[in-house]
Amino acid sequence: MKPEMIATTIRNIPPSGIRKFFDIANEMKDAISLGVGEPDFDTPWHIREEGIYNLEKGKTVYTSNSGLMELRQEISTYLSRRFNITYNPKTQILVTVGASEAIDLALRALLNPGDEVLIPEPSYVSYKPCTIMAGGVPVTITTKAEDEFRLTPEQLEAHITDKTKVLILPYPNNPTGGIMEREDLEKIANILRDKDILVISDEIYAELTYDREHVSIASIPGMYENTLVINGFSKAYAMTGWRLGYAAGPEELIAMMTKIHQYAIMCAPTTSQFAAVEALRNGDSDVAEMRNSFNRRRRVMVDGFRKMGMDCFEPLGAFYVFPSIQKTGMSSEEFCTKLLYEQKVAVVPGTAFGESGEGFIRCSYAYSIDNIKEALRRIEKFMEQYQ
Amino acid sequence: MREEILEILEKNSRIEIKDIAIMLNTTEEEVENEIKQMEKEQIICGYNTLINWDKTKKDLVTALIEVKVTPQRGEGFDKIAERIYRFNEVKAVYLMSGGFDLTVIIEGRTMKEVALFVAQKLAPLEAVLSTATHFVLKKYKDHGIPFEEPHKDERMVVSP
Repeated sequence: MKPEMIATTIRNIPPSGIRKFFDIANEMKDAISLGVGEPDFDTPWHIREEGIYNLEKGKTVYTSNSGLMELRQEISTYLSRRFNITYNPKTQILVTVGASEAIDLALRALLNPGDEVLIPEPSYVSYKPCTIMAGGVPVTITTKAEDEFRLTPEQLEAHITDKTKVLILPYPNNPTGGIMEREDLEKIANILRDKDILVISDEIYAELTYDREHVSIASIPGMYENTLVINGFSKAYAMTGWRLGYAAGPEELIAMMTKIHQYAIMCAPTTSQFAAVEALRNGDSDVAEMRNSFNRRRRVMVDGFRKMGMDCFEPLGAFYVFPSIQKTGMSSEEFCTKLLYEQKVAVVPGTAFGESGEGFIRCSYAYSIDNIKEALRRIEKFMEQYQ
Repeated sequence: MREEILEILEKNSRIEIKDIAIMLNTTEEEVENEIKQMEKEQIICGYNTLINWDKTKKDLVTALIEVKVTPQRGEGFDKIAERIYRFNEVKAVYLMSGGFDLTVIIEGRTMKEVALFVAQKLAPLEAVLSTATHFVLKKYKDHGIPFEEPHKDERMVVSP
Protein backbone atom coordinates (compact mmCIF):
# COMPACT_ATOMS: atom_id res chain seq x y z
CA MET A 1 0.00 0.00 0.00
CA LYS A 2 1.23 3.50 -0.78
CA PRO A 3 1.58 5.70 2.31
CA GLU A 4 -0.28 8.47 0.43
CA MET A 5 -3.39 6.34 0.61
CA ILE A 6 -3.70 7.22 4.29
CA ALA A 7 -5.97 10.21 4.86
CA THR A 8 -4.01 13.44 5.07
CA THR A 9 -5.65 14.52 8.32
CA ILE A 10 -4.61 11.33 10.04
CA ARG A 11 -1.13 11.31 8.57
CA ASN A 12 -0.57 14.82 9.87
CA ILE A 13 -1.52 14.03 13.45
CA PRO A 14 1.70 13.47 15.41
CA PRO A 15 1.92 10.22 17.37
CA SER A 16 1.31 10.55 21.10
CA GLY A 17 4.36 12.15 22.75
CA ILE A 18 4.19 9.61 25.51
CA ARG A 19 4.63 6.79 23.03
CA LYS A 20 8.18 7.78 22.10
CA PHE A 21 9.20 7.80 25.71
CA PHE A 22 7.38 4.58 26.39
CA ASP A 23 9.53 2.76 23.87
CA ILE A 24 12.76 3.84 25.56
CA ALA A 25 11.47 3.22 29.08
CA ASN A 26 10.22 -0.23 28.22
CA GLU A 27 13.66 -1.38 27.13
CA MET A 28 15.19 -0.59 30.50
CA LYS A 29 14.90 -3.74 32.54
CA ASP A 30 15.62 -2.54 36.07
CA ALA A 31 14.10 0.94 35.84
CA ILE A 32 11.63 1.96 38.50
CA SER A 33 8.72 3.91 37.20
CA LEU A 34 6.62 6.88 38.23
CA GLY A 35 5.21 6.91 34.74
CA VAL A 36 1.80 5.28 34.76
CA GLY A 37 -1.61 6.83 34.41
CA GLU A 38 -3.55 4.15 36.26
CA PRO A 39 -4.10 3.09 39.88
CA ASP A 40 -1.85 0.43 41.42
CA PHE A 41 -4.83 -1.28 43.08
CA ASP A 42 -6.57 -4.29 41.64
CA THR A 43 -10.27 -3.79 41.04
CA PRO A 44 -11.96 -4.52 44.41
CA TRP A 45 -12.81 -8.21 44.62
CA HIS A 46 -16.57 -7.85 45.01
CA ILE A 47 -16.67 -5.96 41.71
CA ARG A 48 -14.55 -8.56 39.92
CA GLU A 49 -16.67 -11.30 41.48
CA GLU A 50 -19.82 -9.70 40.06
CA GLY A 51 -18.23 -9.75 36.60
CA ILE A 52 -17.32 -13.42 36.99
CA TYR A 53 -20.79 -14.28 38.25
CA ASN A 54 -22.45 -12.69 35.24
CA LEU A 55 -20.08 -14.45 32.86
CA GLU A 56 -20.97 -17.73 34.55
CA LYS A 57 -24.65 -17.00 34.15
CA GLY A 58 -24.04 -16.55 30.43
CA LYS A 59 -24.65 -12.79 30.32
CA THR A 60 -22.54 -12.59 27.21
CA VAL A 61 -24.79 -10.80 24.73
CA TYR A 62 -25.08 -7.14 23.63
CA THR A 63 -26.79 -4.66 25.89
CA SER A 64 -28.87 -1.80 24.53
CA ASN A 65 -26.78 0.81 22.69
CA SER A 66 -26.98 3.27 25.55
CA GLY A 67 -25.96 0.64 28.09
CA LEU A 68 -27.82 -1.49 30.65
CA MET A 69 -30.80 0.40 32.00
CA GLU A 70 -29.84 -0.83 35.46
CA LEU A 71 -26.42 0.76 35.09
CA ARG A 72 -27.74 4.05 33.72
CA GLN A 73 -30.12 4.18 36.66
CA GLU A 74 -27.21 3.70 39.08
CA ILE A 75 -25.12 6.33 37.29
CA SER A 76 -28.00 8.77 37.55
CA THR A 77 -28.36 8.10 41.29
CA TYR A 78 -24.61 8.40 41.77
CA LEU A 79 -24.30 11.74 39.94
CA SER A 80 -27.14 13.16 41.92
CA ARG A 81 -25.95 12.00 45.34
CA ARG A 82 -22.26 12.85 44.78
CA PHE A 83 -22.36 16.01 42.68
CA ASN A 84 -25.93 17.20 42.95
CA ILE A 85 -26.69 16.96 39.22
CA THR A 86 -29.79 15.18 37.94
CA TYR A 87 -30.01 13.23 34.70
CA ASN A 88 -32.78 11.13 33.21
CA PRO A 89 -31.31 7.65 32.80
CA LYS A 90 -33.49 7.00 29.74
CA THR A 91 -32.47 10.00 27.67
CA GLN A 92 -29.50 11.78 29.21
CA ILE A 93 -26.90 9.09 29.93
CA LEU A 94 -24.76 7.08 27.53
CA VAL A 95 -22.43 4.28 28.65
CA THR A 96 -19.20 4.29 26.64
CA VAL A 97 -15.97 2.36 26.17
CA GLY A 98 -13.96 4.39 28.65
CA ALA A 99 -14.27 8.12 29.13
CA SER A 100 -12.03 8.46 26.07
CA GLU A 101 -14.78 7.23 23.76
CA ALA A 102 -17.14 9.77 25.26
CA ILE A 103 -14.67 12.58 24.49
CA ASP A 104 -14.40 11.44 20.89
CA LEU A 105 -18.18 11.04 20.46
CA ALA A 106 -18.93 14.43 21.94
CA LEU A 107 -16.51 16.24 19.65
CA ARG A 108 -17.72 14.38 16.59
CA ALA A 109 -21.33 15.11 17.45
CA LEU A 110 -20.70 18.82 17.99
CA LEU A 111 -18.13 20.07 15.53
CA ASN A 112 -18.63 21.51 12.07
CA PRO A 113 -15.50 22.16 10.01
CA GLY A 114 -13.69 25.18 11.41
CA ASP A 115 -15.42 25.20 14.80
CA GLU A 116 -12.99 26.06 17.56
CA VAL A 117 -12.41 23.99 20.66
CA LEU A 118 -10.77 25.60 23.67
CA ILE A 119 -8.36 23.23 25.38
CA PRO A 120 -6.57 24.22 28.58
CA GLU A 121 -3.05 22.77 28.54
CA PRO A 122 -1.13 20.89 29.90
CA SER A 123 -3.85 18.27 29.67
CA TYR A 124 -4.68 14.74 28.63
CA VAL A 125 -3.35 13.71 25.24
CA SER A 126 -6.56 13.00 23.33
CA TYR A 127 -8.44 16.32 23.22
CA LYS A 128 -6.39 17.86 20.45
CA PRO A 129 -6.24 14.90 18.03
CA CYS A 130 -9.93 14.10 18.59
CA THR A 131 -10.78 17.72 17.78
CA ILE A 132 -8.76 17.57 14.58
CA MET A 133 -10.23 14.22 13.57
CA ALA A 134 -13.70 15.68 14.05
CA GLY A 135 -12.82 18.56 11.71
CA GLY A 136 -12.51 21.18 14.45
CA VAL A 137 -9.72 23.59 15.26
CA PRO A 138 -8.00 23.15 18.63
CA VAL A 139 -7.23 26.40 20.43
CA THR A 140 -5.01 25.79 23.41
CA ILE A 141 -5.06 27.91 26.55
CA THR A 142 -1.84 27.67 28.54
CA THR A 143 -2.54 27.36 32.24
CA LYS A 144 0.20 28.44 34.60
CA ALA A 145 1.95 26.99 37.63
CA GLU A 146 1.42 30.26 39.54
CA ASP A 147 -2.36 29.83 39.03
CA GLU A 148 -2.02 26.21 40.18
CA PHE A 149 -2.84 25.29 36.59
CA ARG A 150 -6.43 26.47 36.97
CA LEU A 151 -8.23 28.06 34.04
CA THR A 152 -8.65 31.77 34.81
CA PRO A 153 -11.61 33.82 33.53
CA GLU A 154 -9.22 36.31 31.88
CA GLN A 155 -7.52 33.56 29.91
CA LEU A 156 -10.84 32.08 28.88
CA GLU A 157 -12.24 35.42 27.74
CA ALA A 158 -9.12 36.19 25.73
CA HIS A 159 -9.49 33.01 23.68
CA ILE A 160 -13.21 33.09 22.87
CA THR A 161 -14.06 34.00 19.25
CA ASP A 162 -17.19 33.82 17.07
CA LYS A 163 -16.10 30.34 16.11
CA THR A 164 -15.75 28.93 19.61
CA LYS A 165 -18.08 25.97 19.95
CA VAL A 166 -16.65 23.93 22.81
CA LEU A 167 -14.65 24.39 26.00
CA ILE A 168 -12.93 21.31 27.37
CA LEU A 169 -12.68 21.47 31.14
CA PRO A 170 -10.21 18.79 32.21
CA TYR A 171 -10.30 18.93 36.02
CA PRO A 172 -9.03 17.34 38.25
CA ASN A 173 -6.23 17.55 35.74
CA ASN A 174 -3.90 14.98 34.29
CA PRO A 175 -0.91 15.74 34.29
CA THR A 176 -0.80 18.70 36.70
CA GLY A 177 -3.06 17.50 39.50
CA GLY A 178 -4.74 20.94 39.43
CA ILE A 179 -8.42 21.27 40.32
CA MET A 180 -11.15 23.89 39.86
CA GLU A 181 -13.01 24.84 43.01
CA ARG A 182 -16.50 26.28 43.21
CA GLU A 183 -15.41 29.92 43.06
CA ASP A 184 -13.16 29.22 40.07
CA LEU A 185 -16.03 27.55 38.26
CA GLU A 186 -18.41 30.38 39.09
CA LYS A 187 -16.08 32.87 37.44
CA ILE A 188 -15.88 30.68 34.34
CA ALA A 189 -19.66 30.29 34.37
CA ASN A 190 -20.15 34.07 34.46
CA ILE A 191 -18.38 34.32 31.13
CA LEU A 192 -20.06 31.34 29.50
CA ARG A 193 -23.63 31.81 30.68
CA ASP A 194 -24.91 33.97 27.81
CA LYS A 195 -22.85 32.26 25.13
CA ASP A 196 -23.53 29.22 22.94
CA ILE A 197 -20.48 27.33 24.07
CA LEU A 198 -20.78 23.73 25.16
CA VAL A 199 -18.60 22.67 28.08
CA ILE A 200 -17.19 19.15 27.93
CA SER A 201 -16.27 18.56 31.55
CA ASP A 202 -13.91 15.60 31.82
CA GLU A 203 -14.33 14.57 35.45
CA ILE A 204 -12.73 11.14 35.32
CA TYR A 205 -10.58 12.01 38.37
CA ALA A 206 -13.45 13.58 40.35
CA GLU A 207 -13.33 10.99 43.13
CA LEU A 208 -9.62 11.61 43.55
CA THR A 209 -9.94 15.12 44.95
CA TYR A 210 -8.13 15.61 48.24
CA ASP A 211 -9.10 17.40 51.45
CA ARG A 212 -12.16 18.94 49.73
CA GLU A 213 -15.10 17.90 47.58
CA HIS A 214 -15.10 17.90 43.80
CA VAL A 215 -17.57 20.35 42.26
CA SER A 216 -18.99 19.74 38.79
CA ILE A 217 -19.51 22.80 36.60
CA ALA A 218 -22.89 21.29 35.67
CA SER A 219 -24.05 22.04 39.21
CA ILE A 220 -23.25 25.78 38.88
CA PRO A 221 -26.48 27.73 38.19
CA GLY A 222 -27.08 28.29 34.49
CA MET A 223 -24.46 25.76 33.34
CA TYR A 224 -26.44 22.51 33.37
CA GLU A 225 -28.05 23.08 29.96
CA ASN A 226 -24.71 23.62 28.21
CA THR A 227 -22.53 21.04 29.93
CA LEU A 228 -21.67 17.48 29.07
CA VAL A 229 -20.24 15.62 32.04
CA ILE A 230 -17.83 12.79 31.26
CA ASN A 231 -16.80 10.30 33.89
CA GLY A 232 -15.99 6.61 34.22
CA PHE A 233 -14.85 3.74 36.37
CA SER A 234 -11.14 3.54 35.57
CA LYS A 235 -9.67 5.83 38.20
CA ALA A 236 -12.20 5.80 41.04
CA TYR A 237 -12.68 2.02 41.11
CA ALA A 238 -9.31 0.94 39.68
CA MET A 239 -11.03 -0.50 36.60
CA THR A 240 -8.86 0.77 33.73
CA GLY A 241 -8.79 -2.55 31.88
CA TRP A 242 -12.58 -2.92 31.95
CA ARG A 243 -12.88 0.03 29.57
CA LEU A 244 -16.00 1.67 30.89
CA GLY A 245 -17.04 5.29 31.02
CA TYR A 246 -20.10 7.42 30.48
CA ALA A 247 -21.42 10.78 29.38
CA ALA A 248 -24.34 12.67 30.89
CA GLY A 249 -25.82 15.82 29.45
CA PRO A 250 -28.39 17.51 27.23
CA GLU A 251 -30.84 15.08 25.59
CA GLU A 252 -30.17 16.20 22.01
CA LEU A 253 -26.41 15.80 22.39
CA ILE A 254 -26.68 12.38 24.06
CA ALA A 255 -29.02 11.25 21.26
CA MET A 256 -26.54 12.25 18.57
CA MET A 257 -23.60 10.72 20.44
CA THR A 258 -25.62 7.52 20.81
CA LYS A 259 -26.09 7.49 17.05
CA ILE A 260 -22.33 7.48 16.44
CA HIS A 261 -21.76 5.00 19.26
CA GLN A 262 -24.41 2.68 17.86
CA TYR A 263 -22.72 2.48 14.46
CA ALA A 264 -19.12 2.45 15.65
CA ILE A 265 -19.25 0.43 18.86
CA MET A 266 -22.73 -1.13 19.36
CA CYS A 267 -22.43 -1.14 23.12
CA ALA A 268 -19.86 -1.09 25.91
CA PRO A 269 -18.62 -4.51 27.13
CA THR A 270 -21.46 -6.33 28.90
CA THR A 271 -19.40 -7.94 31.68
CA SER A 272 -17.91 -4.57 32.53
CA GLN A 273 -21.36 -3.03 32.74
CA PHE A 274 -22.59 -5.61 35.23
CA ALA A 275 -19.46 -5.16 37.32
CA ALA A 276 -19.96 -1.39 37.23
CA VAL A 277 -23.46 -1.73 38.66
CA GLU A 278 -21.91 -3.47 41.66
CA ALA A 279 -19.21 -0.78 41.88
CA LEU A 280 -21.79 2.00 42.12
CA ARG A 281 -24.03 0.13 44.53
CA ASN A 282 -21.43 -1.12 46.99
CA GLY A 283 -18.14 0.57 46.16
CA ASP A 284 -18.19 3.76 48.22
CA SER A 285 -15.92 2.43 50.95
CA ASP A 286 -13.41 1.14 48.39
CA VAL A 287 -13.25 4.56 46.78
CA ALA A 288 -12.77 6.23 50.16
CA GLU A 289 -10.02 3.81 51.11
CA MET A 290 -8.14 4.26 47.84
CA ARG A 291 -8.53 8.03 48.00
CA ASN A 292 -7.07 8.01 51.52
CA SER A 293 -4.17 5.92 50.42
CA PHE A 294 -3.46 8.18 47.42
CA ASN A 295 -3.71 11.24 49.62
CA ARG A 296 -0.99 9.92 51.96
CA ARG A 297 1.30 9.07 49.09
CA ARG A 298 0.62 12.46 47.52
CA ARG A 299 1.91 14.16 50.67
CA VAL A 300 5.02 11.97 50.74
CA MET A 301 5.84 12.84 47.15
CA VAL A 302 5.18 16.59 47.39
CA ASP A 303 7.21 16.71 50.60
CA GLY A 304 10.03 14.78 48.93
CA PHE A 305 10.24 17.16 45.97
CA ARG A 306 10.08 20.25 48.14
CA LYS A 307 12.81 18.95 50.45
CA MET A 308 15.13 18.54 47.51
CA GLY A 309 14.42 22.14 46.58
CA MET A 310 12.26 21.59 43.52
CA ASP A 311 9.41 23.99 42.75
CA CYS A 312 6.26 22.01 43.14
CA PHE A 313 2.79 23.40 43.69
CA GLU A 314 0.46 21.27 45.78
CA PRO A 315 -1.72 19.17 43.48
CA LEU A 316 -5.18 18.60 44.92
CA GLY A 317 -6.52 16.03 42.49
CA ALA A 318 -5.74 12.97 40.35
CA PHE A 319 -2.55 11.06 41.27
CA TYR A 320 0.18 13.18 39.74
CA VAL A 321 2.74 15.67 40.93
CA PHE A 322 4.02 18.13 38.34
CA PRO A 323 7.27 19.67 39.57
CA SER A 324 9.25 22.24 37.64
CA ILE A 325 12.69 21.25 36.41
CA GLN A 326 13.47 24.64 34.89
CA LYS A 327 16.43 25.33 37.14
CA THR A 328 18.34 22.40 35.68
CA GLY A 329 18.34 24.25 32.36
CA MET A 330 17.31 21.05 30.62
CA SER A 331 14.28 20.52 28.44
CA SER A 332 11.67 18.12 29.81
CA GLU A 333 12.56 15.46 27.34
CA GLU A 334 16.29 15.78 27.95
CA PHE A 335 15.71 15.62 31.71
CA CYS A 336 13.54 12.52 31.49
CA THR A 337 15.88 10.69 29.13
CA LYS A 338 18.93 11.48 31.28
CA LEU A 339 17.11 10.53 34.46
CA LEU A 340 16.10 7.26 32.91
CA TYR A 341 19.58 6.36 31.66
CA GLU A 342 21.54 7.61 34.67
CA GLN A 343 19.29 6.84 37.63
CA LYS A 344 16.87 4.41 36.00
CA VAL A 345 13.73 6.26 36.98
CA ALA A 346 10.94 6.69 34.43
CA VAL A 347 8.90 9.89 34.67
CA VAL A 348 6.96 11.50 31.85
CA PRO A 349 8.09 14.76 30.17
CA GLY A 350 5.53 17.54 30.61
CA THR A 351 5.68 18.14 26.86
CA ALA A 352 3.77 14.89 26.29
CA PHE A 353 0.75 16.92 27.46
CA GLY A 354 1.27 19.94 25.22
CA GLU A 355 4.05 22.40 24.54
CA SER A 356 3.07 24.27 27.67
CA GLY A 357 4.33 21.31 29.69
CA GLU A 358 7.90 22.30 28.81
CA GLY A 359 9.96 22.69 31.98
CA PHE A 360 7.89 20.20 33.97
CA ILE A 361 7.76 16.47 34.57
CA ARG A 362 4.79 14.30 35.50
CA CYS A 363 5.37 11.93 38.38
CA SER A 364 2.62 9.52 39.33
CA TYR A 365 2.20 8.47 42.96
CA ALA A 366 0.10 5.42 42.12
CA TYR A 367 2.93 3.30 43.54
CA SER A 368 3.87 1.80 46.87
CA ILE A 369 5.47 4.12 49.42
CA ASP A 370 8.72 2.14 49.15
CA ASN A 371 8.76 2.58 45.38
CA ILE A 372 8.05 6.30 45.71
CA LYS A 373 10.77 6.82 48.29
CA GLU A 374 13.37 4.93 46.29
CA ALA A 375 12.47 6.95 43.17
CA LEU A 376 12.73 10.19 45.16
CA ARG A 377 16.17 9.18 46.46
CA ARG A 378 17.37 8.63 42.92
CA ILE A 379 15.86 11.88 41.64
CA GLU A 380 17.55 13.72 44.51
CA LYS A 381 20.92 12.28 43.51
CA PHE A 382 20.23 13.35 39.95
CA MET A 383 19.26 16.88 41.00
CA GLU A 384 22.39 17.31 43.13
CA GLN A 385 24.37 16.62 40.03
CA TYR A 386 22.58 18.96 37.67
CA GLN A 387 21.38 22.04 39.48
CA MET B 1 -6.05 11.33 63.57
CA ARG B 2 -5.74 8.34 65.91
CA GLU B 3 -7.67 6.11 63.60
CA GLU B 4 -5.50 7.14 60.66
CA ILE B 5 -2.31 6.43 62.59
CA LEU B 6 -3.67 3.02 63.53
CA GLU B 7 -4.66 2.25 59.95
CA ILE B 8 -1.12 3.01 58.79
CA LEU B 9 0.55 1.07 61.62
CA GLU B 10 -1.73 -1.91 61.16
CA LYS B 11 -0.43 -2.29 57.63
CA ASN B 12 3.21 -1.54 58.44
CA SER B 13 4.35 -1.28 62.04
CA ARG B 14 7.94 -0.59 60.94
CA ILE B 15 7.08 2.68 59.23
CA GLU B 16 9.00 5.67 60.56
CA ILE B 17 7.29 8.34 62.64
CA LYS B 18 8.43 11.06 60.26
CA ASP B 19 6.75 9.30 57.35
CA ILE B 20 3.48 9.01 59.23
CA ALA B 21 3.71 12.72 60.02
CA ILE B 22 4.13 13.58 56.34
CA MET B 23 1.35 11.22 55.27
CA LEU B 24 -1.08 12.80 57.72
CA ASN B 25 0.10 16.36 57.26
CA THR B 26 1.08 16.86 60.89
CA THR B 27 4.21 17.03 63.08
CA GLU B 28 6.42 14.20 64.29
CA GLU B 29 5.84 15.19 67.93
CA GLU B 30 2.10 14.96 67.46
CA VAL B 31 2.34 11.46 65.99
CA GLU B 32 4.80 10.32 68.62
CA ASN B 33 2.58 11.58 71.45
CA GLU B 34 -0.50 9.93 70.04
CA ILE B 35 1.29 6.61 69.65
CA LYS B 36 2.71 6.76 73.20
CA GLN B 37 -0.72 7.64 74.55
CA MET B 38 -2.34 4.77 72.66
CA GLU B 39 0.28 2.37 73.96
CA LYS B 40 -0.51 3.53 77.48
CA GLU B 41 -4.23 3.09 76.92
CA GLN B 42 -3.61 -0.38 75.51
CA ILE B 43 -5.18 0.60 72.20
CA ILE B 44 -1.87 -0.43 70.70
CA CYS B 45 -1.10 -3.73 72.45
CA GLY B 46 2.10 -4.69 70.67
CA TYR B 47 3.95 -4.79 67.37
CA ASN B 48 3.97 -8.18 65.65
CA THR B 49 5.69 -9.49 62.57
CA LEU B 50 3.63 -11.60 60.22
CA ILE B 51 5.72 -14.65 59.38
CA ASN B 52 5.02 -17.52 57.04
CA TRP B 53 6.80 -20.19 59.08
CA ASP B 54 6.06 -22.77 56.39
CA LYS B 55 8.86 -21.24 54.37
CA THR B 56 11.40 -21.65 57.16
CA LYS B 57 13.00 -24.76 58.60
CA LYS B 58 11.25 -24.33 61.90
CA ASP B 59 8.53 -26.90 62.63
CA LEU B 60 5.34 -25.29 63.73
CA VAL B 61 1.85 -26.67 64.04
CA THR B 62 -1.19 -24.52 64.60
CA ALA B 63 -4.46 -25.90 65.93
CA LEU B 64 -7.84 -24.38 66.51
CA ILE B 65 -9.63 -25.93 69.51
CA GLU B 66 -13.35 -25.58 70.02
CA VAL B 67 -13.94 -25.61 73.75
CA LYS B 68 -17.24 -25.96 75.58
CA VAL B 69 -17.14 -24.76 79.18
CA THR B 70 -19.44 -24.19 82.14
CA PRO B 71 -19.52 -20.50 82.92
CA GLN B 72 -18.94 -19.76 86.58
CA ARG B 73 -21.26 -17.82 88.79
CA GLY B 74 -20.22 -14.20 89.10
CA GLU B 75 -17.26 -14.67 86.75
CA GLY B 76 -18.98 -15.73 83.54
CA PHE B 77 -16.49 -16.95 80.98
CA ASP B 78 -13.69 -14.55 81.88
CA LYS B 79 -12.14 -16.60 84.66
CA ILE B 80 -11.93 -19.79 82.66
CA ALA B 81 -10.68 -17.89 79.60
CA GLU B 82 -7.90 -16.46 81.74
CA ARG B 83 -6.90 -19.87 83.04
CA ILE B 84 -6.56 -20.96 79.46
CA TYR B 85 -4.80 -17.94 77.95
CA ARG B 86 -2.10 -17.94 80.60
CA PHE B 87 -0.51 -21.00 79.00
CA ASN B 88 2.37 -19.99 76.72
CA GLU B 89 1.26 -22.48 74.09
CA VAL B 90 -2.00 -20.58 73.69
CA LYS B 91 -1.68 -17.84 71.08
CA ALA B 92 -5.25 -16.57 71.06
CA VAL B 93 -8.53 -17.08 72.90
CA TYR B 94 -11.89 -15.78 71.68
CA LEU B 95 -15.32 -16.01 73.29
CA MET B 96 -17.75 -17.25 70.64
CA SER B 97 -21.46 -17.25 69.95
CA GLY B 98 -23.00 -20.45 68.61
CA GLY B 99 -22.23 -24.14 69.12
CA PHE B 100 -19.27 -23.80 71.46
CA ASP B 101 -17.90 -21.20 73.83
CA LEU B 102 -14.21 -20.56 73.33
CA THR B 103 -11.92 -20.70 70.33
CA VAL B 104 -8.39 -21.47 71.48
CA ILE B 105 -5.51 -21.17 69.03
CA ILE B 106 -2.52 -23.25 69.99
CA GLU B 107 0.94 -23.47 68.48
CA GLY B 108 3.36 -26.32 69.05
CA ARG B 109 6.27 -28.05 67.36
CA THR B 110 4.42 -31.24 66.45
CA MET B 111 0.85 -32.49 66.27
CA LYS B 112 1.63 -34.78 69.17
CA GLU B 113 2.82 -31.91 71.31
CA VAL B 114 -0.40 -30.00 70.64
CA ALA B 115 -2.57 -33.06 71.21
CA LEU B 116 -0.83 -33.76 74.51
CA PHE B 117 -1.28 -30.18 75.61
CA VAL B 118 -5.01 -30.47 74.97
CA ALA B 119 -5.26 -33.84 76.70
CA GLN B 120 -3.11 -32.96 79.72
CA LYS B 121 -3.71 -29.28 80.31
CA LEU B 122 -6.85 -28.09 78.61
CA ALA B 123 -9.36 -30.94 78.79
CA PRO B 124 -8.81 -31.73 82.51
CA LEU B 125 -9.74 -28.18 83.59
CA GLU B 126 -12.77 -28.42 85.79
CA ALA B 127 -14.91 -25.99 83.83
CA VAL B 128 -14.10 -27.55 80.46
CA LEU B 129 -16.90 -29.82 79.24
CA SER B 130 -15.45 -30.87 75.90
CA THR B 131 -12.81 -30.01 73.30
CA ALA B 132 -12.54 -30.56 69.54
CA THR B 133 -9.11 -30.09 67.97
CA HIS B 134 -8.71 -28.94 64.36
CA PHE B 135 -5.20 -28.76 62.92
CA VAL B 136 -4.34 -26.04 60.42
CA LEU B 137 -2.95 -27.65 57.27
CA LYS B 138 -2.12 -24.56 55.27
CA LYS B 139 -2.40 -20.82 55.82
CA TYR B 140 -3.58 -18.94 52.76
CA LYS B 141 -4.04 -15.53 54.29
CA ASP B 142 -3.40 -14.07 57.72
CA HIS B 143 -4.04 -10.61 59.16
CA GLY B 144 -5.35 -9.45 55.79
CA ILE B 145 -2.23 -10.48 53.90
CA PRO B 146 -2.28 -13.39 51.41
CA PHE B 147 0.67 -15.79 51.79
CA GLU B 148 1.33 -16.02 48.08
CA GLU B 149 4.01 -14.79 45.75
CA PRO B 150 4.40 -11.01 45.88
CA HIS B 151 2.01 -9.13 43.68
CA LYS B 152 3.64 -8.27 40.36
CA ASP B 153 3.05 -4.85 38.86
CA GLU B 154 1.73 -5.65 35.40
CA ARG B 155 1.09 -2.10 34.36
CA MET B 156 2.97 -0.65 31.41
CA VAL B 157 6.00 1.36 32.49
CA VAL B 158 4.59 4.56 31.01
CA SER B 159 1.00 5.35 30.06
CA PRO B 160 -0.95 8.56 29.50
